[in-house]
Amino acid sequence: MLEIKDLHATVGGTEILKGLHLVVEPGEVHAIMGPNGSGKSTLSYVLAGREGYDVTGGRIIYNGEDLTNLEPEERAAKGIFLAFQYPVEIPGVPNSTFLNEALNAVRRYRGEEEMDKIEFIKMLRAKTKELSMSDEMLKRAVNVGFSGGEKKRNEVLQMAILEPTLAILDETDSGLDIDALKIVADGVNALRSPERSSLVITHYQRLLDYIVPDKVHILAKGRIQHTGGKELAHELEAKGYADFVGEAA
Amino acid sequence: MPATAETADQVQSIEGEKYKYGFITEIESDMAPKGLSEDIVRFISAKKNEPEWLLDWRLKAYRRWLEMPEPKWAKVDFPPIDYQQYHYYSAPKSQEDGPQSLEDVDPELLATYEKLGIPIREQEMLAGVQNVAVDYVFDSVSVATTFKKKLEAAGVIFCPISEALERCPDLVRKYLGTVVPMADNKHSCLNSAVFTDGSFVYIPPGVKCPMELSTYFRINEQNTGQFERTLIIADKGSYVSYLEGCTAPMRDENQLHAAVVELIALDDAEIKYSTVQNWYPGDADGKGGIYNFVTKRGACRGKNSKISWTQVETGSAITWKYPSCILQGDNSVGEFYSIAITNNAQQADTGTKMIHIGKNTTSRIISKGISAGKSDQTYRGLVKISAKAEGARNYTQCDSLLIGDKCGAHTVPYIESRNKAAIVEHEATTSTISEDQLFYLRQRGIPQEAAVALVVNGFCREVLQQLPMEFAVEAQKLVGISLEGSVG
Repeated sequence: MLEIKDLHATVGGTEILKGLHLVVEPGEVHAIMGPNGSGKSTLSYVLAGREGYDVTGGRIIYNGEDLTNLEPEERAAKGIFLAFQYPVEIPGVPNSTFLNEALNAVRRYRGEEEMDKIEFIKMLRAKTKELSMSDEMLKRAVNVGFSGGEKKRNEVLQMAILEPTLAILDETDSGLDIDALKIVADGVNALRSPERSSLVITHYQRLLDYIVPDKVHILAKGRIQHTGGKELAHELEAKGYADFVGEAA
Repeated sequence: MPATAETADQVQSIEGEKYKYGFITEIESDMAPKGLSEDIVRFISAKKNEPEWLLDWRLKAYRRWLEMPEPKWAKVDFPPIDYQQYHYYSAPKSQEDGPQSLEDVDPELLATYEKLGIPIREQEMLAGVQNVAVDYVFDSVSVATTFKKKLEAAGVIFCPISEALERCPDLVRKYLGTVVPMADNKHSCLNSAVFTDGSFVYIPPGVKCPMELSTYFRINEQNTGQFERTLIIADKGSYVSYLEGCTAPMRDENQLHAAVVELIALDDAEIKYSTVQNWYPGDADGKGGIYNFVTKRGACRGKNSKISWTQVETGSAITWKYPSCILQGDNSVGEFYSIAITNNAQQADTGTKMIHIGKNTTSRIISKGISAGKSDQTYRGLVKISAKAEGARNYTQCDSLLIGDKCGAHTVPYIESRNKAAIVEHEATTSTISEDQLFYLRQRGIPQEAAVALVVNGFCREVLQQLPMEFAVEAQKLVGISLEGSVG
């Protein structure tokens, strides 16, 4: 479903991704681990189509379609979701309004009817409860005054509402205590299905105890240096990055 | 190119063509000859069968006007106005005998208002929402007023001001020009000389007006000015909520709109006055559009009275407008909630004055300015606390949002306090729509233009919430439209 071929990307003229290959099959969860500055966040932004992250070579094929020239909203409508490392505040816009707008925008793009307001509120309440979030958080402005944990949970709530086919989690575990981590992981696991895939970008092995990956990749110097099963994460935790990165370089 | 700059460019390229109220109604009009003179003032007064005192008042205003200088202090730039190029009176011929019953309204006019989305009908605007009585002003005259009977049953007088001069001349005479003196400024002085129609409202003591009142102003004829005069009196212990809306055809010439609005709240009375101003703003290069030079002022004459102004200003080539409150009564309250959006070559200098005279008077100013394109916008406000205003309090918040890098936003707050115990607070912020915000929203599937509208609506939320529910949804859409050019 997701096939990244020889991807080169620059940010502000500097090449960050230097020939990255990655294939994620439907239903799989892949973890991408790597030291600071290895290009993890760049990869997530490039996949989501952020301006300023320019693809200079290679291709991103998603469900048989080249994504490279699509706008961020078009990619979102095709089922790509990025859980942000630093969720953005939108003052004055109630969380529920934002979620409703997003869902309807995606539906319109797909040629589907907008969801009935009452049906939407019912669904929203149910998903909010599953994530142990209060209804009050739906009324508050998007991410404004949210704690770090609340912001991350809010990302998972958005994911639960939009039901993406490819979820990219960009260091969603950073700044979370163990309880919040479990809630976030439960939310991600709840979406696991034979059609949906996830790309879990993380620094630490900890999150992978809760979201168990099918494959683990080590990203360094703009390329995948090493690929293994879930045991690779443990090995990495024990030995550190130096061994793996050095070995391939 | 950064996302915000690109948005600004898109906005710029679409705006101008998308003013959906820009059509012209083909209707035969009875017009005064072009130009301004004592004869024209007499002509208007005669058209309206006015009493002698009012003609004298108009003539006095005209003579004062001739001598008054143009106000030059606002941060707006336009060539000198040729007052002789306008027609100061224009009325649809079919309406010569003044407002008749709703059945007799010219079909062309019915079609016009239907097209504007405010049909002349006595029906519910939105299912489940209370009715709104509307006074329809077309060029210089009121062509219809709905729900008059129902309002009369409650003792409320809501009619064109020319009709009020026949029905309750003493009330008009008692209050006209008492809040905005004839020669307050050149524009109000011109209005005093040549005002044509506008609404008159009187709410008797203890009455809560049973429905929202609204006036819809439409300028149609070429080279006409609209000089309406609105007078609202809320007697002791009464309440009224009033809303005005405005549109005009797209014309290459600048049309002049110099209105005066006077509000009077007696003891324990409350007036809520809302404006959704969407006059034609001119094209992308600044050609055409309305010069909106308006004097709006409310007097809280009685104790515990309250006047609240809410404005959503999206139209006009130039806006010069400062809805103000004179807080005379002890414990009286003044409020000003404003959203001003300028795009392309629009210029707006707008704000408020809160004059604290009575004891324990409080005022609150919330101003949200959004500038896009190469527009320029100024918030200008005065908070004045007199020596006797013990316990006076003011809170002011001015927020500016910039879209693109060719627009301007300026904040000019004046504070004059002669009472040491007064508490005056002022907060101001300037921000832009960040790329992070746009990318975040777009990543969730919301297209760029809708994302901009969402952020701007969030920015304005505090003010939008002040609008009567019937209009809040419309205003929200208007905020989006005036920035995007896409019909919401």
